[in-house]
Amino acid sequence: MTSPPVLRDWRLARLDLGLLALLILLSTLSLIAGRVWVPLNHIGVAGDPRWLIITELRVPRTLLALAVGAALGLSGATLQGYTRNPLADPGVLGVSAMAALGAVLTLYLNIAYDNVWILPAFAMGGAGIGVLTLVLIAGPAGEAVSFLLAGVILSTIASAGVALALTLSPNPWAASEIMTWLMGTLADRSIVDVETAAPFILIGGAILLGTGRALDALTLGETGARALGVSLRRTQGMIAVGVGLACGAAVAVSGVIGFVGLIVPHLVRRMAGERPSRLLIPSALAGADLLLAADILVRVTPGANEVHVGVAMAALGAPFFLALLISLRRRLA
Amino acid sequence: MLTAQGLTVRIDGRAVVDAVDLTLQPGEVTAIVGPNGAGKSTLMGCLAGLRRPERGEVRLADKPLSSLGDRERAQRLGYLPQTPEIAWRLDVQTFVRLGRTAHRGVFGETALDAEAVAHALETTQMAAFARRDITTLSGGERARALIARALAGEPDWLLADEPLSGLDPAHQLDATEILRGFAKAGGGVVVTLHDLSFAARTADRIVVLAEGRIIADGAPVQALNPEVLKYAYGLEARWIDGGGGPLLDILGRHARGPDSMDTHAKGPNAIDPHA
Repeated sequence: MTSPPVLRDWRLARLDLGLLALLILLSTLSLIAGRVWVPLNHIGVAGDPRWLIITELRVPRTLLALAVGAALGLSGATLQGYTRNPLADPGVLGVSAMAALGAVLTLYLNIAYDNVWILPAFAMGGAGIGVLTLVLIAGPAGEAVSFLLAGVILSTIASAGVALALTLSPNPWAASEIMTWLMGTLADRSIVDVETAAPFILIGGAILLGTGRALDALTLGETGARALGVSLRRTQGMIAVGVGLACGAAVAVSGVIGFVGLIVPHLVRRMAGERPSRLLIPSALAGADLLLAADILVRVTPGANEVHVGVAMAALGAPFFLALLISLRRRLA
Repeated sequence: MLTAQGLTVRIDGRAVVDAVDLTLQPGEVTAIVGPNGAGKSTLMGCLAGLRRPERGEVRLADKPLSSLGDRERAQRLGYLPQTPEIAWRLDVQTFVRLGRTAHRGVFGETALDAEAVAHALETTQMAAFARRDITTLSGGERARALIARALAGEPDWLLADEPLSGLDPAHQLDATEILRGFAKAGGGVVVTLHDLSFAARTADRIVVLAEGRIIADGAPVQALNPEVLKYAYGLEARWIDGGGGPLLDILGRHARGPDSMDTHAKGPNAIDPHA
């Protein structure tokens, strides 16, 4: 055996551990950083008013950033593996916008407050329909370009739908609501939001982790994967449900935060190699890292209003997307 | 034994594979030849269980292929597609490990998998390339890596759709030697080929397909007799003794062959004055 696989798996474990350590560091920072800095030795001191800021605001916000970031990173890695396209991302492909459309629809129909599960359910449904639409439009050949174009169209339609539904709804804050849904934020969330989203993100994530074998086989294209005994329909179903649950739940509590799923697998690929199944867990961890870092950054950035983390990610992600596109073109040329 | 019975596939109303009966034996190399569009790839897709025929069925060891699960089918039939896609920059060993997909359990790779991969790399003389990025290999090396990927699955049958296209003669020989070795060890090999002289030298049996039907089947030179060549390819040709084996001496285009009219006008050998 020229290269014992055990050795390489250690490398992957080291990467996972490194990302996890970073996660712990960032989570701690996330608890103490913001408009009000809470020194570490003041954490847990009863009677200190700053303790309330931590438990009521920063703990939910940190947990949410973790869960949403992991959901987006993992969804991005899965979608890139399935489409064999390093430009795929739930935000770019319009899956997140479809989730937002589902969520906003409940506001428009005025059913969102009947039950706490209605809005997330619609968001997850929207995301699932989004993935299925992409798979069906792009066809069995799943050509990269048509997939991406279908995503752009889906994204445009869904975003327009969000704006339309909010404008037509009897809502005096429509403009700011549109902004919040299309450029998501983690500000002012409570532990209820965490309780709503986390279970679905966990279930969706578990389903997505189960696609590793199929994603690896898809390296050989659809025919190649089928020849290796992989059922494409099953894989599509798992991805639609997994991304639907994970992304849908994430968008339901944070709005659309793009580019996490685009950037993260790309960075992980440099450290873990390009085999799709090896990217899944590190992408979930790195997604959580990235979103936490971005959220801390927008919190400590001075200004009258806090910048939405969705805006920050777009500002960071769009140039990254462009750079990736250029390097891909070079590689194909 | 791999058998096809009354296999028919229609695409847009045209019978691309038309009532094909075929019994393939393990331990020999069967080459399926025929002009472009004869239905070779479609037939291969059916034999590999990747395409459902409209009528008829494929049986593997007397069990209908459609009754096998995806996994079992993949364990027993190794398939090399005509235009292989390699989406990611994997090293050769990781790539070859993909061939174990249908064997892999829930807990990942076992010693048995690792052994099969090592053996496949050895057989194809790719062990030295194990750590190389597959997308940077030359055509000949890549062809061997692709075959290694199929061998790693330890299938009973190897179905290769034009595995030699784009290879120089030396690398064609290397690749066929691997396939012949697989047959010698008791496996069944079915390949589609375009180079008829090469097919005649390497295959134990040749099946000639034209317009979706089998028009000849047998030992190489007999199956590809001048009448068959005339009918299938529209070629005026004869076999001559080439020392290393039979050589096809192509004398010219035969006027009555399929689509000979328009090929005469702008065939591949026609000289374009504007070129």
